[in-house]
Amino acid sequence: MVNKWMKRLYTVLIFGFLYAPIAVLAVFSFNDSKSTAKWEGFTLDWYQSLFQNSLIMKSLYYTVLVALIASVVATIIGTFAAFGIFYMKAWKQKVILNVNSIPILNPDIVTGISLMTLFVALNMELGLLTMIIAHVTFCIPYVILSVLPKFKQMPSEMLEAALDLGATPWYAFRKVIFPEIKPGIITGALIAFTLSIDDFVISFFTTGNGVGNLSIAIYSMARRGIKPEINALSTLMFIVVLVLMLVLNKRTKIEEI
Amino acid sequence: MIKRLSSGPYLFWMLMFVIVPIVMILAFSMVTVTSGGDWSFSLSNFSRAFDPIYIAVLGRSLKIALEATFICFILGYPMAMILAKMPVKYRTFSVMLFVVPMWMNFLLRTYAWMTILGKNGIINGLLSLLGLPNVTFLYTEGAVLLGMVYNFLPFMVLPIYTVLMKMDQSLVEAAEDLGGDKRTVFRKVIFPLSIPGILSGVSMVFMPSVSTFVISNLLYGGQYMLIGNLIEQQFLVVNDWNFGSAVAMILMLLILASMAIMNRFGGGNPEERGANLW
Repeated sequence: MVNKWMKRLYTVLIFGFLYAPIAVLAVFSFNDSKSTAKWEGFTLDWYQSLFQNSLIMKSLYYTVLVALIASVVATIIGTFAAFGIFYMKAWKQKVILNVNSIPILNPDIVTGISLMTLFVALNMELGLLTMIIAHVTFCIPYVILSVLPKFKQMPSEMLEAALDLGATPWYAFRKVIFPEIKPGIITGALIAFTLSIDDFVISFFTTGNGVGNLSIAIYSMARRGIKPEINALSTLMFIVVLVLMLVLNKRTKIEEI
Repeated sequence: MIKRLSSGPYLFWMLMFVIVPIVMILAFSMVTVTSGGDWSFSLSNFSRAFDPIYIAVLGRSLKIALEATFICFILGYPMAMILAKMPVKYRTFSVMLFVVPMWMNFLLRTYAWMTILGKNGIINGLLSLLGLPNVTFLYTEGAVLLGMVYNFLPFMVLPIYTVLMKMDQSLVEAAEDLGGDKRTVFRKVIFPLSIPGILSGVSMVFMPSVSTFVISNLLYGGQYMLIGNLIEQQFLVVNDWNFGSAVAMILMLLILASMAIMNRFGGGNPEERGANLW
């Protein structure tokens, strides 16, 4: 019995630790003062000034734009690559998969500065394009890792059978292979999208010229001290994530039934 | 033919944006610019990295990352066990609650601690309410450690939880039937079987901790604190890309070495390791 209560207490303490900071931000996002210690009355002013903050709104736009482009490009390149890699000789596959894991295992800061060095050496101006290239680079490996296993689960003669029956390679890909690997493609695209939305370090080094994502905006604001607009922003983001997770949770449950 | 062509763009992309940049960093790290503006091969960037100031930075990074990993393990393992043993109807929801903060932006999570630990933060507010003197929590090493533990705790809990969930319960039951008391069963069966989860948890906490510059920048300030800050400063502030590249290479080697150590301890997949038990 004591054991059970200990467990409950421990769970409450850990969840308290995880959620207390978010709760503090949420509560003080409605505070009628810049203070995050003393309650001075209810207000929605910070939410209003959040939506009027052009830096945040512009970076929100870039975040979504970059994530959409990068995840689509990475998914396309990655899916076709997985197709090619699957039919390669074993040693080639091994080498390629090792290279594939470099961006996953390398610390973000090393990926960031090495790409920055390349862009500067190529005389490319740091901005939207370089940021998209960087995002595609760190997204592709994850697409490969989610699509390649689907090829391995597929009966290996399926492509040959389709080709023997007179399908053109492109037709066989669309009608035979694609339906088999679709779940992997969707997973890969979702991983790519979330990674891109959440990235800070690599974007920080590979962008410039006033282009930046939400993480960069938060970083530059936070470095200058406490900004109540960020409290409002995190409250909204928390609600979005929570709702998304609840919906996903419900959907998977329905699918399980 | 189509099989070959289809991976072409990928191979080009990886060569151009993964391999070439790393080779460039490697080349940069082994070159110094002389006063005349000429480039010459030298390893002086690396010997400079062994200057006591920078050794201290490296040591501090390692120390704080190890501390964060250890604390996450101590806090996370019991949590993973509690989650794994929860009745199904609470479990899905609890695990989801664990994932939600992870999906929140990393910077927002770190920023939250700035507001809590700050001079005018809620902790000092409570202290002054009790009539106690204010304490500076922010801009200390402890704040950075706290930030790391807070940000990376789920990375420790989730892999351990997954391994515990997948564990063959009949092994545990067999051990119990054979007369093992709770402690023995844990020590001899559950814990050894969960080692793969621990190892991936440890690397998922250690690696981002040792290479971060964001947490230390926000919760400690702009000084050269950790190896990540050092690299960032060399590239963006000091503009000594050669030295910065050398430090980046050292960080890469450090990560590779720690992964090799992990593999030695881990080795093979979970099933094989389970078999080694017998």
